[in-house]
Amino acid sequence: MIELFNNLFFDHTLRTVALGAGALGIVSGALGSFAVLRRQSLLGDAISHAALPGIALAFLLTGNKSALVLLSGAAIAGAIATWLVTNIAGLTRVKYDSALGIILSVFFGFGLVLLTYIQKQPNANQAGLEKYLFGQAAAIVEKDVLIMAGLGLVALFLLFLFWKEFKLLSFDRDFGTTMGYPMALIDFVLTTLLVLAIVIGLQTVGVVLMSAMLIAPAVAARQWTDNLAIMVLLAAFFGALAGVSGTVASSTISRMPAGPAIVVAVSFLVVLSILFAPRRGVIWQRGRDYLLRQRFRALGGKKDV
Amino acid sequence: MFSPQVEIMLIASVVAVACAIVGVFLVLRSMAMMSDAISHSVLLGIVLAFFLTRDLASPALIIGAAVMGLITVFLVEMLHQTRLVYEDAAIGIVFPLLFSIAVILISRHAANIHLDTDAVLLGELAFAPFDRFIYQGVDLGPKALYIMGAILMVNIFFITIFFKELKIVTFDPQLAAVLGISPVVVHYALMSLVSITAVGAFDAVGSILVVALMIAPPATAYLLTDRLHIMIGLSALLGVASALGGYAMAHYLDASIAGSMATVAGLIFAIAFLFAPGRGLLSVAKRRVEQRWNFALVTLAIHLWHREKLSPVVGNAYAIQELRQHLRWSSTYFTSVMERALKQGLIAKRDQYVQLTEEGRNLAREGQGF
Repeated sequence: MIELFNNLFFDHTLRTVALGAGALGIVSGALGSFAVLRRQSLLGDAISHAALPGIALAFLLTGNKSALVLLSGAAIAGAIATWLVTNIAGLTRVKYDSALGIILSVFFGFGLVLLTYIQKQPNANQAGLEKYLFGQAAAIVEKDVLIMAGLGLVALFLLFLFWKEFKLLSFDRDFGTTMGYPMALIDFVLTTLLVLAIVIGLQTVGVVLMSAMLIAPAVAARQWTDNLAIMVLLAAFFGALAGVSGTVASSTISRMPAGPAIVVAVSFLVVLSILFAPRRGVIWQRGRDYLLRQRFRALGGKKDV
Repeated sequence: MFSPQVEIMLIASVVAVACAIVGVFLVLRSMAMMSDAISHSVLLGIVLAFFLTRDLASPALIIGAAVMGLITVFLVEMLHQTRLVYEDAAIGIVFPLLFSIAVILISRHAANIHLDTDAVLLGELAFAPFDRFIYQGVDLGPKALYIMGAILMVNIFFITIFFKELKIVTFDPQLAAVLGISPVVVHYALMSLVSITAVGAFDAVGSILVVALMIAPPATAYLLTDRLHIMIGLSALLGVASALGGYAMAHYLDASIAGSMATVAGLIFAIAFLFAPGRGLLSVAKRRVEQRWNFALVTLAIHLWHREKLSPVVGNAYAIQELRQHLRWSSTYFTSVMERALKQGLIAKRDQYVQLTEEGRNLAREGQGF
């Protein structure tokens, strides 16, 4: 145990990776809270898949493999995907879930076409598909952490700045419209921040598991409180906790991939919260039902009511 | 049997049809993302079944995967039923967890066997013809074709036999329950089909593109028809079109077959999204424009009609200038509305005065609900 903490603080690689995963956990936990409350949990899944063609096109057009170029491509593709999902669901009778499924899989398929096309080019220094699919927490270097932390800070600052507006958007959009707020613009800003969080996370946990990083900390946090600010802070804390413990697990246990370890950790937090959270949790509810039944019987109520 | 190219196209078409016909019910029941969840979590079923049998060719793998698909559905519903988690959030928690467990198991225990996670995610149709079904030394064709053919038969069989039940449960679950058809049983039966189809299909096209084949063709068909059986047939046709078009595209670009199939399926959907008669974007936009003009014409007619009723003598000759001021429309808008009204014979114009025609009066009455 002591050795573990020693490593966490003094082992350079582990510290870098843990910092990166922790930063990702904070950002995705905080922004994921809004996605969950707005019932857009699976939008994150669609955005992370839709980023693939953006990455591939960014590489094809610039020939540059630096993180910032690829991330910009990913962010643009993610934003286009979100816009398409909203419009397909809003303008035709195709429902939201179908729109998500189509955009997710078609964008991903198109990305796959682009990638296989790139790989057949003679001078291809291949953009690692494997890395994008599953993430490569272990390959994170200091520069990546700096980029992640920088983007994350921007996202959190904007979240702080537009706190009231985002809250309004999440709970009573129509009221916001009547108050004269530009709700469409606020929606756009919040979704852009979500895209940013996802793009940051792709490198670490990969496309398949990114949706869990957005949803799970928020769902866990939701069980403990009815206050948005506390929920967002808790979700950020849970995300960071899962990120750090997942990376520690992957460094101490042999052949334990970091991304999946983080997801298992965060899912564990969800189960704990759902079972044990005060007032909302399953056990609490059961106990309250039991006590109520007892009191009812003590007052002379029939047993099988 | 045939050349590898023909075999690939055949397998792709069978996969596409099998996916499309179960996908119809996912799209109609707003459960499209369940296909995403199931197609990922079946990996855990395959891994667990492999640990039990130690044989990658064992049919137990398909059964294990199908069971895991059902467990996914069950877990999602269990989470949702605590009323602590929205359904979409429940889906987004369950499948990444099951998938993560599968990835961890593979990398810890099965790193030296051929159970690639990216092969599961992406599939490789081009290799399908190499794995052949050989019986007593006779080459009977690629195995994938037989497996997918069998799955397709099961799907067709189930949907034909239980067509009525599926229809009622999909469109009116309450009525179904009253009639004694259990929505739960039908739901889980359908989810079993989705799981089996996902397992069979992802061997060929990978788990993410299973979603494309299950959702895109039915959603396209949904934009084109209101009849369930036509929607099923159309989805199957569009699925085959995506498969063959995708193969051609992959051949031309020398790129991933599965990816190309998904791309073509998306392009077909985009065409329907834009141009579908009555429901496409163009029709919707056109209808909205027409409604806007119609509203203006009705407003104009009602306004003139009231004027007529108020002062029968003066009202018959309403100065255009005055009318424009009363309606408070911008002058360009006013001019174009007037032109339309004139062209449709709703008003008559004399010098600087306008007057409702009998047709215009009818429109005003209709517009007011008389």
